[in-house]
Amino acid sequence: MTAEKKANLIKGLFTGIIFGFLLQKGGATRYNVIIGQLVLEDFTVLKIMLTAAAVGMVGIYILKNANLAELAPKSGSVFKSVTGGLLFGIGFALLGYCPGTAAGAAGQGNLDALIPGILGMIGGSAIFANIYPALRSFLSRGEFKALTFPEKYSISPWKIIIPLLGAILIFFYFLEKSGL
Amino acid sequence: MMDLLTLSTWSPYVIGAAIGILSWFSFMFSRKALGTSTSYARTAGMLEKKFLKVDISQKPYYEKIVSRIDWQWMLVVGIFIGSFISAVLSGEFSISFLPETEFSSILNTTYTGRIFSSLVGGVFLGFGSRFAGGCTSGHGISGTLQLAISSWLAAVSFFIGGVITALLIF
Repeated sequence: MTAEKKANLIKGLFTGIIFGFLLQKGGATRYNVIIGQLVLEDFTVLKIMLTAAAVGMVGIYILKNANLAELAPKSGSVFKSVTGGLLFGIGFALLGYCPGTAAGAAGQGNLDALIPGILGMIGGSAIFANIYPALRSFLSRGEFKALTFPEKYSISPWKIIIPLLGAILIFFYFLEKSGL
Repeated sequence: MMDLLTLSTWSPYVIGAAIGILSWFSFMFSRKALGTSTSYARTAGMLEKKFLKVDISQKPYYEKIVSRIDWQWMLVVGIFIGSFISAVLSGEFSISFLPETEFSSILNTTYTGRIFSSLVGGVFLGFGSRFAGGCTSGHGISGTLQLAISSWLAAVSFFIGGVITALLIF
């Protein structure tokens, strides 16, 4: 292994340790918190995700304008995102963790995440990989030409970010006001 | 400082902001977006190769994602370690199979139910994340913060599917 590859793996591990620490401290690795979110009684998960997205987007677009970071938006289509997303949602509610928080739940001692949960995720990925040749042709139908909203509408990203930050703040205000 | 580390939960807004900042560093220094689900597919490829002796170069999906340990695979290992550290510091680390919850159902209060719900749930997560091309981290955080169209659609769909299923179960 080259030194560069090794450094890359160490950076991944280090980033993951911080990520896992934060997810656990935020309560996102707890089954009860995730199910609470999905039955709309506890909004911890959405608060974490939307704050991360809000803080993240401001920094990332500043870094991008300064040529300090490159974006890597995923390609896709309405069919892929919606179908895959809904199937994912079923698994999210059944397992009570998502792929990242399952690794975190395993770290805090939840064997349901560590054994059947992770085995299931590996198995589900293997099923997809094995039927991929048959799925490939219609997975690529209707692929987006523009990958991000600013590209699609040819506008400055700030014209999306600023109203979006406002909407997120209003949403948080109502959550806190209603005690959620 | 020590008190902060041993607290069992921090404000979700503080956690979210810290994850947002972590994503800046990850884009800048690793040239990567935070994500996890591809690692389970890489693991599937590695296991098929090792135990089923399959020639995975004949499987186009494993050609596409390459079945080896990479930055993101180490990130998933890191999540496990980081969460372990946090749980030990707050005294929350405990080994259990049935999750502690106020939303009880046969799917989380009996061993058979929990084996079924976690295994089947895992299969849906693995399959769905490959279909959509990402999970709650890759699409839900890293994709939405890049204002990616595929990611906003996927993230909304994760929650629609999750909320409907959860309301049917609980």
